[in-house]
Amino acid sequence: MGVFDIFPARASAAAGNVDALYAFLLVVGIGMTAIIFFFVFLFAVKYRRRNADDPAPRAIHGSLPLEIAWSVAPFLIMLVMFAWGAKLYFDNYTPPLRDTFDVYVTGKQWMWKVQYPTGQREINELHVPTGRPVKLILASEDVIHSFYIPAFRLKHDVVPGSYQTYWFEPTKPGRYRIFCAEYCGTNHSDMGGWVTVMDPHDFAEWLTGGTGGSMKEQGEKLFQQYGCVTCHVTDREGRSPSLLNIFGKPVVLDDGRTVLADEAYIRESILNPNAKIVKGYKRDIMPVFQGQINEEGLLQLMVYIKSLSPPVSAGKESSK
Amino acid sequence: MADAKAAVAVHDAGLRHHFDDSAQQFQSSTIGMWVFLVTEIMFFGGMFAAYTVYRGLYPDAFASTSRFMNVTIGGINTAVLIFSSFTMVLAVRSAQLGQKKALIIFLVLTLILGSVFLCLKYVEYHEKWVDHHVPGPAFQYADSRYFHQAQILFFLYFAMTGMHAIHMIVGAGLLITLIVMAARNSFSRGWYTPVEMIGLYWHFVDIVWIFLFPLLYLIGRPK
Amino acid sequence: MSTMLPFAQIEARPNYLNVDYGWKSWLFTTDHKRIALLYLFSITAFFFVGGAFAVGMRLNLLTPDGLFAHDTYNKLFTMHGIIMVFFFLVPSIPATLGNFLIPIMVGARDLAFPRINLLSWYLYIIGGVIALAAIAQGGVDTGWTFYAPFSSTYSNTHVILTAIGVFVSGFSSILTGLNFIVTVHTMRAPGMTWGRLPLFVWGHYATSLIQVLGTPVIAITLVLLGLERILHAGIFDPALGGDPVLFQHLFWFYSHPAVYIMILPGMAVISEIVACFSRKAIFGYTFVAISSIAIAVLGFLVWGHHLFVAGQSMYASVVFSFLSFLVAIPSAIKVFNWTATMYKGSISYETPMLYAFGFIGLFTMGGLTGLFLATLAIDVHVTDTYFVIAHFHYVMVGGMVMAYMGGIHFWFPKISGRMYPENWARFAALIVFVGFNLTFFPQFILGYQGMPRRYAHYPPEFQVLNVMSTAGASILAVGYVLPMIYLAWAWRKGPKAPQNPWNAKGLEWEQSPTPPPTFNFETQPVVTEPAYNYSGEEEEVQRG
Repeated sequence: MGVFDIFPARASAAAGNVDALYAFLLVVGIGMTAIIFFFVFLFAVKYRRRNADDPAPRAIHGSLPLEIAWSVAPFLIMLVMFAWGAKLYFDNYTPPLRDTFDVYVTGKQWMWKVQYPTGQREINELHVPTGRPVKLILASEDVIHSFYIPAFRLKHDVVPGSYQTYWFEPTKPGRYRIFCAEYCGTNHSDMGGWVTVMDPHDFAEWLTGGTGGSMKEQGEKLFQQYGCVTCHVTDREGRSPSLLNIFGKPVVLDDGRTVLADEAYIRESILNPNAKIVKGYKRDIMPVFQGQINEEGLLQLMVYIKSLSPPVSAGKESSK
Repeated sequence: MADAKAAVAVHDAGLRHHFDDSAQQFQSSTIGMWVFLVTEIMFFGGMFAAYTVYRGLYPDAFASTSRFMNVTIGGINTAVLIFSSFTMVLAVRSAQLGQKKALIIFLVLTLILGSVFLCLKYVEYHEKWVDHHVPGPAFQYADSRYFHQAQILFFLYFAMTGMHAIHMIVGAGLLITLIVMAARNSFSRGWYTPVEMIGLYWHFVDIVWIFLFPLLYLIGRPK
Repeated sequence: MSTMLPFAQIEARPNYLNVDYGWKSWLFTTDHKRIALLYLFSITAFFFVGGAFAVGMRLNLLTPDGLFAHDTYNKLFTMHGIIMVFFFLVPSIPATLGNFLIPIMVGARDLAFPRINLLSWYLYIIGGVIALAAIAQGGVDTGWTFYAPFSSTYSNTHVILTAIGVFVSGFSSILTGLNFIVTVHTMRAPGMTWGRLPLFVWGHYATSLIQVLGTPVIAITLVLLGLERILHAGIFDPALGGDPVLFQHLFWFYSHPAVYIMILPGMAVISEIVACFSRKAIFGYTFVAISSIAIAVLGFLVWGHHLFVAGQSMYASVVFSFLSFLVAIPSAIKVFNWTATMYKGSISYETPMLYAFGFIGLFTMGGLTGLFLATLAIDVHVTDTYFVIAHFHYVMVGGMVMAYMGGIHFWFPKISGRMYPENWARFAALIVFVGFNLTFFPQFILGYQGMPRRYAHYPPEFQVLNVMSTAGASILAVGYVLPMIYLAWAWRKGPKAPQNPWNAKGLEWEQSPTPPPTFNFETQPVVTEPAYNYSGEEEEVQRG
């Protein structure tokens, strides 16, 4: 997207419809603005006071026909805007009754947990196929969030205590941003992600797993996919300990113990984060990934996390 | 114009200098008090709106709370307040007629009745406290199905009746002020505006209760 | 008709400024004009406090990764909103220019309730001090909209203290509105019929209706929120059976009409300025007057347009969308009538008129973008993005604040008895116009591109437009600081103003000395002509 692009990327036909309506509104808006600017400028110049002691002009108190005309004409244009907007709104918020691909999205401070009917789970990532209506069922675990995908021109608040839905039919493969669009606390602006639109064949392949790349590359993908990067940012302190330069070094815990950050520590911290809390940080913040990452994934993550520290010489004792 | 000037020259004690005459001042005070009462309607209205929404959402839970409302005290309080509005009207009438003694008597009666209301309200609140029906960490409710909804209802109960009670306390303070002013001969047939205005306020507080009582105490009571 | 003394003799008489000195004569005054100045001083202070937060925000937004910690940024935008809405915009014109001018414009010696007027200022100050105390103790991070359950259950900041500050200052607003309503009903001078009232008064009357009816609702909403924070009974918390969307309905039931509290006085000022500097009666006086009332009434019916994506029923949303379009029509009528007033007028370009030109242009843009937001399918895309921020800053800053500046300059001679430096003032007006557009126009583009609001950091593709916006803000700041300097200078050292420097019509210019004495007039005014009778014609049947 260019810096001054009026229209960002469009990934669905409905997005195009919204853009068409927007274009109409732009024409009306710019037109109306131009008319007012024109007349104000024209009158200001044409009727400028030439001499300080010019007599006052004749009063023109009003004109009922003019008042009616410039009330009714804008009203009629507004009726078009209103009706067109209402129709699209209903269309976009009323999912088709059958054949939708349903995805369940849960918002939580500060991440999106995405689950597919086939059982797969993602964090801050959504994969969808083209050519098929996709229905999102949205829920919140805590405060109000909003699941916003600009490329589809759609959002809906995610309200705790209820489910909300909207739907879209993707048309254009690509990666598009997801934003949280309802202020939800400290890391509201971090609560983003990506929706990947794929053509049906690639999507089917993705759904059944199978990706390539080295363990470290796989691990890095998982590190992003599971949202580790949201909190354990590698180059500044966040709400959670940095993972830069920690492997093989001692770590002080909140109960006073000191342990070594080795493979076992890393694995335990992913599967059962509350077992050991680093001093100065809170418990119950990191999600529990037990049951969500398989052993293969854990190993890939391990390789990646190790790569964030300088190499450790062999022969260091492990803790406990 | 001459009449107005004459009126100013002989003006009543209460006439303030930015007004042309007593009639203008009285009219201003009256419109002012009515506008203020409209703001009070909007203020209570927010709570009535919240009550309506939750009643619609949880009819059974709300109905289950009605047997914990003390209708006896509520009923007595209703009668007390209605009667106090009557004594207030009599007070205004006394002021109109320039009857200082009667005015003070009726103001004192109104104050006593208002205080009876507040005392009975205290008894009610205490009862709720003992029953653990005050929202907060100590809240308990017999029917566990409705624990949360009942807590919301009691929250609204205390918010609405509590706000009403605060207005009554303010009203009592205003009555005391009127009694002191009357005792000091501030009022006359020509000027008794504060009595009339505070009378309007008192009637309003009474009317709020008349809406609160059936809504909170009576609806949904088993026969 | 003027029964004024010669200028030299007026000079020698006491006016409201020099009749008494000392802090007691100001802090215990009941003179509406002095109270207006008390408000002017305190409102200006809050404007700069709110502005300081804005500076922090725009500095943070220069880079995608931000400058401050997220919590700090979240507090900055929250407090910017709270201060600007409740402690600057809502009181601004009514409490300063309205307080000063309404009694004079209707021909009265003071407002109906001078002591309540003073009380309203004290309530404003108390509320403001409480809000500042909350800020000093670390601030609040819920957004000025205080949405539950974040504000009721999750936020760890000083929500209750801030809510108390807003609650108290709300009563200041109610009392001001009450005072104006009663004054207009009962204190008009002989001959000042409703149909002869300046449109400034009509605009404030409509504003006062909203203040009186709407403000109590936010008051009770904040009480409920505060109680909920303490008791956790669940009224807005779904984990305890409550409905968070109920909070939004209660909040916006006031806060939407509140935006009309904020704009109607600005429109009221513009009517006066356009008439004066076109030397012509306002075209369509009756339509402009009735439009003010229509905006006030319709403004109460559209709050649901803030809930189009919040989980509100789609059918309710359709109704609110339609009504939101309707409320635009009276505003459009005003813009057309002001423009038509200039037709065959005699236009001059003093600073107040420059601000009026700016208002007409920028309010038009802001109002039209409101139509974008009323359009349901568009709103789904742009709500909660920078598009909304751009929209409301166009109407509030490009509209209201420009009107405020125009009004301050227009009536500065009347209030201070001195003239401000015209060339510096025009220069500042131009800087404001340029700085404003550079700050906020890019935000329309950012919004449609998808940049959400209340973001401490943002994706890098949004940086260029953000940098433009911050650059504009630095220019805008200069445009606001300049008047502080030259107006302060002019107050003490400006040239003495003539009785009526603009040759304007209106009781304040023609029958009240400059500056006015404590009771405004030397003799009781009697009104015999319609408003804006610049052409000097006798009373005519008003058409249109």
